[in-house]
Amino acid sequence: MRNPLSDKTAALKPSGIRKMFDIVAEMNDPDVVSLGVGEPDFDTPWHIREEGIYSLEKGRTFYTSNAGLMELKVEISNFIKRKSGLTYDPASEIMVTVGGSEAIDIAMRAMLNPGDEVIIPEPCYVSYKPCTILADGVPVIIPLQESNDFKLTEDELLAAITPKTKILVLPFPNNPTGSIMTKEDLEPIARICVEKDIFVISDEIYGALTYQSDHCSIASLPGMWERTVVINGFSKAYAMTGWRLGYACAPALILQQMLKIHQFAIMCAPTTSQYAAIEALRNGDDDVETMRESYNQRRRFLVYTFRKMGLHCFEPFGAFYVFPSIKGLGMTSDQFARELLADEKVAVVPGTAFGESGEGFLRVSYAYSLDELKLATDRIARFVNKVKGERAAGLR
Amino acid sequence: MDEMKEKILTVIEKNSKISPHELAIVLGENEEEVAKAVAEMEADETICGYHTIINWDKTNRDRVVALIEVCVTPQRIRGFDHLAERIYNFPEVDSVYLMSGTYDFCIMLEGKTLREVSAFIAEKLSTLESVTSTATHFVLKKYKDHGTVMVHREKGERQPIVP
Repeated sequence: MRNPLSDKTAALKPSGIRKMFDIVAEMNDPDVVSLGVGEPDFDTPWHIREEGIYSLEKGRTFYTSNAGLMELKVEISNFIKRKSGLTYDPASEIMVTVGGSEAIDIAMRAMLNPGDEVIIPEPCYVSYKPCTILADGVPVIIPLQESNDFKLTEDELLAAITPKTKILVLPFPNNPTGSIMTKEDLEPIARICVEKDIFVISDEIYGALTYQSDHCSIASLPGMWERTVVINGFSKAYAMTGWRLGYACAPALILQQMLKIHQFAIMCAPTTSQYAAIEALRNGDDDVETMRESYNQRRRFLVYTFRKMGLHCFEPFGAFYVFPSIKGLGMTSDQFARELLADEKVAVVPGTAFGESGEGFLRVSYAYSLDELKLATDRIARFVNKVKGERAAGLR
Repeated sequence: MDEMKEKILTVIEKNSKISPHELAIVLGENEEEVAKAVAEMEADETICGYHTIINWDKTNRDRVVALIEVCVTPQRIRGFDHLAERIYNFPEVDSVYLMSGTYDFCIMLEGKTLREVSAFIAEKLSTLESVTSTATHFVLKKYKDHGTVMVHREKGERQPIVP
């Protein structure tokens, strides 16, 4: 038999997260407390779920148009106008996707020619690199530095640009670091993109979850609207991960090509989810605010608690992750995560699952109740003390 | 009221067990100031007490919850407040509300036997001079109390590790 596989796909490394997942799944131990989940712990607010149920009762069980329900696209357009001051035409510049992930994939495929380079700042969400490769692009990694609070700097970007650079991925607020880019941070980046004629895929899926200042979209800076694909969705802000609903906003020139791929590969996003999402955008602001306040309280608790353990933990102002450093403990992230799981039955994700520059860090999610966080951090503290003790005694 | 106090109230309304130390951490405030604000609100009776939400159906105690609608003739000058006081001073009364609509007071009696409730209505409440009529409703099942759902719900399960 011939090899049934595509070389490109077969060569892709499976997500580093998968490894940790398998270890936890294999343990199958009810005592394991996981802080490894990248989705909200809240249920989707009831009025949104109710709208989904209602749409089913009404028999709205058909495909929608490829780009999504016009009613929803109008609400998305209003929402973006309200939040970022950006104007997108619902008829040609907005499309509804199956989660933000689909939007990342089709944006790459719509924009890349073989050999085009895509600059990806790491640590970051796991799919930018494989999506680039699958679209015949070449990923160029910028390892972000903790000393810069894991923000992308002007110098780092300039050093990564070559004549082949086509796209910059901007994943802020960031998973896994929780880092954000403010308007002041984005301005020099935008200037370089305009000057060097680089397009931006701005993944703003955590845009509603910032704790210091409101999120700023790079598309709102001078010269950027026409060269930016803004990706957002309902998963994180409205606790709607399982509904699989996201969206992309871009100039029609780009968006219409993305839509073509979506039309052939996906057809349309789930109809029930689209009706629920209309309700989310119309009446969901208070829910988002309540959840945001709750995340903020847990965020403060975790930063305080990790610092109290003597671990360096920069203060993240976005998403729902903290990214403490374990560099002083003489272990790799992977080793720490495995031993912590074996010793104390707490699951966290090693920073390296999000790129090599995540070495020495852990991603700890605070999409958990305060009680769960307390239980888990008590165990982590015990483990850290044990490791410190062993090091002091020369056993490590 | 200042912003910090309002934040404190929002947190402890749902979790009165939280310590001042933890409260200060989650709000990003100074512990002493938080403790002071709580003490102030206790003193001025913004915080009136700390209760526990109990699902008594899970215990063996046999108890009923009654809601009584009361119509009254308000008294000149003293209005409703004086009457309300005559009612809420009875220790068996758990809550009293002045209502708009077809009746005047809504009274809740919790944790009594049927006999205690009927004795209270017949002997104490109905005999008050200004009370013109009462209508008693018994609660058959409590589904939600103070924002807490009292019936068991399956919680959707998240995968242990998700990117």
